[in-house]
Amino acid sequence: MIFTDRLRALAADLRLWFAPARIRNEGSTPDYRFSLANERTFLAWLRTAFALIGGGFAVDQFLPSLHQTVRTVFTVALLAGGALCALRSVSHWVRCERAMRHGEDLPATRFPSLLGAGVGLLAVAIAVVVLLGWSR
Amino acid sequence: MAGTEEGSTPVRDPGLQPERTRMAWRRTTLSCAVAVVLAWRQVLLTLEPTGTEVVLVALLVLAGLAFLTAAHTRMRTLAAPPSAGPPRTMTARTALLTTACTLILVGLGAAIVL
Repeated sequence: MIFTDRLRALAADLRLWFAPARIRNEGSTPDYRFSLANERTFLAWLRTAFALIGGGFAVDQFLPSLHQTVRTVFTVALLAGGALCALRSVSHWVRCERAMRHGEDLPATRFPSLLGAGVGLLAVAIAVVVLLGWSR
Repeated sequence: MAGTEEGSTPVRDPGLQPERTRMAWRRTTLSCAVAVVLAWRQVLLTLEPTGTEVVLVALLVLAGLAFLTAAHTRMRTLAAPPSAGPPRTMTARTALLTTACTLILVGLGAAIVL
């Protein structure tokens, strides 16, 4: 059953989240260069999260002529995107590390395309708002 | 294994993996600093100067310092000479700590803006 498999994978993830040292007991240690590459990917996602969060604060602080509601919606959307990115970065790092230790394929993910679509939609929305002149 | 040669004289990894990872940490610390400064500015602009403001700024600085400490510890591990053997894998604690710092920024921002 795919569903039970997913549930089991989620439970394993959560166990690792709350018992961080446990990951070293699983499988065998991979070539350290692969682990470092995984770490850099994690850091790149974390930077993406910081960029989204900083963008959220910037929208609220540097676009005072934007309508209050519109501004809050954009800010919250960017902040939520940043939080999602941060959570996903650590979850993906753990799953990749475990896959490497067990010699399995790396986990497939549709997060990058979802994020890309989200950021694109946000940009289009901002363009529309600016064109319609929804300012105070 | 990279980092060691026949005759067990450790040499630098030609791919410079530890150095690249160390610089990735530095870039990330800088991104974190920018986000913390913007959040700080948000607090100063939005709130009246009361006790809440001081508490929120203190929380921000604490989160930033926690991130800095985690990054610094990791960077020192990665800066060890090749003779010390291959660097240890990042611990899940470090990963969780840095993510927690990021989430504190978001929580704080959401609390102020909403």
